[in-house]
Amino acid sequence: MRIELVKRPERSKLFAALSPLIALGLTLIAGAIMFSLLGKDPVEALYYYFIDPLREVWSLHELAVKAAPLILIAVGLSICYLSNNWNIGAEGQFVIGAITGSILPVMFPDFQSWIVLPLMLLMGIAGGAAYGAIPAYLKVRFNTNEILTSLMLVYVAQLFLDWMVRGPWRNPAGMNFPETRTFSPSAVLPEIWSASGRANWGFVFAIVAAIALWFMLSRTLKGFEVLVLGQSPRAGRFAGFSQSKMVFFAFLVSGGLAGLAGISEVSGAIGQLRPTISPGYGFAAIIVAFLGRLNPLGIIAAGLVLALSYLGGEAAQISIGVSDKVVRAFQGMLLFFVLACDTLILYRIRFVGASAAKTVEATQNV
Amino acid sequence: MFEDILITIATAATPLLIAAVGEVVVERSGVLNLGVEGMMVMGAVTGFGVALTTGSPWLGVLAAIIVGALFSLLFGFLTLTLVTNQVATGLALTLLGLGLSGMLGESFVGLPGIKMDYIHIPFLSELPFVGKLLFGQDPLFYVSLLLTAGVAYFLFRTRAGLTLRSIGDNHTSAHALGIKVIAIRYLAVMFGGACAGLAGAYLSLVYTPQWIENMTAGRGWIALALVVFASWRPWRILAGAYLFGAVSIGQLHAQALGIGVPSQLLSSLPYLATVVVLVLISRNRRLTMVNTPASLGRPFVPDR
Repeated sequence: MRIELVKRPERSKLFAALSPLIALGLTLIAGAIMFSLLGKDPVEALYYYFIDPLREVWSLHELAVKAAPLILIAVGLSICYLSNNWNIGAEGQFVIGAITGSILPVMFPDFQSWIVLPLMLLMGIAGGAAYGAIPAYLKVRFNTNEILTSLMLVYVAQLFLDWMVRGPWRNPAGMNFPETRTFSPSAVLPEIWSASGRANWGFVFAIVAAIALWFMLSRTLKGFEVLVLGQSPRAGRFAGFSQSKMVFFAFLVSGGLAGLAGISEVSGAIGQLRPTISPGYGFAAIIVAFLGRLNPLGIIAAGLVLALSYLGGEAAQISIGVSDKVVRAFQGMLLFFVLACDTLILYRIRFVGASAAKTVEATQNV
Repeated sequence: MFEDILITIATAATPLLIAAVGEVVVERSGVLNLGVEGMMVMGAVTGFGVALTTGSPWLGVLAAIIVGALFSLLFGFLTLTLVTNQVATGLALTLLGLGLSGMLGESFVGLPGIKMDYIHIPFLSELPFVGKLLFGQDPLFYVSLLLTAGVAYFLFRTRAGLTLRSIGDNHTSAHALGIKVIAIRYLAVMFGGACAGLAGAYLSLVYTPQWIENMTAGRGWIALALVVFASWRPWRILAGAYLFGAVSIGQLHAQALGIGVPSQLLSSLPYLATVVVLVLISRNRRLTMVNTPASLGRPFVPDR
């Protein structure tokens, strides 16, 4: 038996909407099989992963805390991927944004005013965007592959953070722990509704960013430029769009949003810098971007799904003793299924048996 | 002392060389598999686990090769049969490999591993200066050199190699000539996976005989950069891999000497070197244009 692809006359709207759901369904089935192999009751495991975290209000707040950085980073990445710029270094831009955003609360802890927080956020955005500009500049100026350079810079950023919190920025009163001083109250991102849980304004930023970029992509000339240059650089050139400017635009937007995610996470959820400030948000956001079909509104939903998998991982570890390492395997599988299901949008899949294939060939030869 | 440094450089360079030489075959066939890091880390965990349970490092190596090839089939099925985006699918393979290996290897963390024995040939291995370097290294070091020579010969001196390169340069014409584009690409992808698996096993059985989560630490990506650096030519990969081996061993020695530079900065040198080298090589547009397989990363759906 053989699998053949038959090109559809036009993109299937039905499968464009269904493919992420099919992919989620397949991931759940594969997950159930995996849990059975690990010797756990699959129904119980999936319950703890995907239902249990949704049952309490404080837990929904945690969901928002985890979804905020994922959505912020992923909507930026959608601009990159739609315009054919492969930024996979969002994790590094996240880390650098967290560091530049923390300059004020770490170096000038006595400077306390309402203006501290807006300045921190702006500096975080600037840091992330500047770090994203490096692969963009190298791509435009030297034709260097942005996939490899942006990824290499992730390792550099993580090592730089490690040095900062163990070296120059170590808390003088912290008994030699590798962490900075804790941020003063005026440098902490406030909670949205602190009576019921921990969710902070980072989630609001994420929703606003997603809606703004959705508007840009679907309603403005800039959005059209992104899509044209992504699908056909030649047509874009004829339309007078600049490929190089688009590279910078995509990297600056995604780097800036990753930086904002970084400083929001540090200021809102952690409250200080530590050697590790992200459980791989920058990479998980790649999955979020594709699960959301590179549509900023879809990405909001996709970000909540991935955030749920992080929470579920913690819940399952506590309740049924499944290692939290399972989460990343889960997320990887999800991306595989998403990409596979996206084929259905452009192609019809035909299973051709050996004898049938011969008949087809025979009729074609006549 | 000097000889020992050269040998450690070879140990650091060998996994990069093996993985990159595998990937060059994949890319020469026109497929860009960015999942090297994921296949490598799967090879590392398999090699470690099988060697530990059976007590034989060679069985570990064999299992790593098989798992690497099978794992790459996932990528092959998606990109070749379902014609998904190769960049995204390669990334997916890396993320899945890192996740799965972390899960599978959890019980191995902290266990002492099994180290592959170094070769010892009486008399020859005891020669001054060159003895250990030429005749006293681990067996996979020699495998890596043979592999490089074999791939160089295959790609540029055999008819099959020419066929493979023709697919990479123009899959439509190759298909029109009756060449089985997809079947050959499947084989190329599996070869790349097998090599990445072997490179991973080298890390967990020779370089540092233990299992640490994410122990590949970006080496799969550096191998991908090496392929670009070498402009898709196997012998140049050898030069590049040893250059990187020298950088990473050099920074380790600098850390040990305690010169006044933060260790984190020294640790980031191999990554920074990768960026610098990529810039230097790609600014020469003609060189990269001429050597890049023209169909690299492009989707192919045979017309019927």
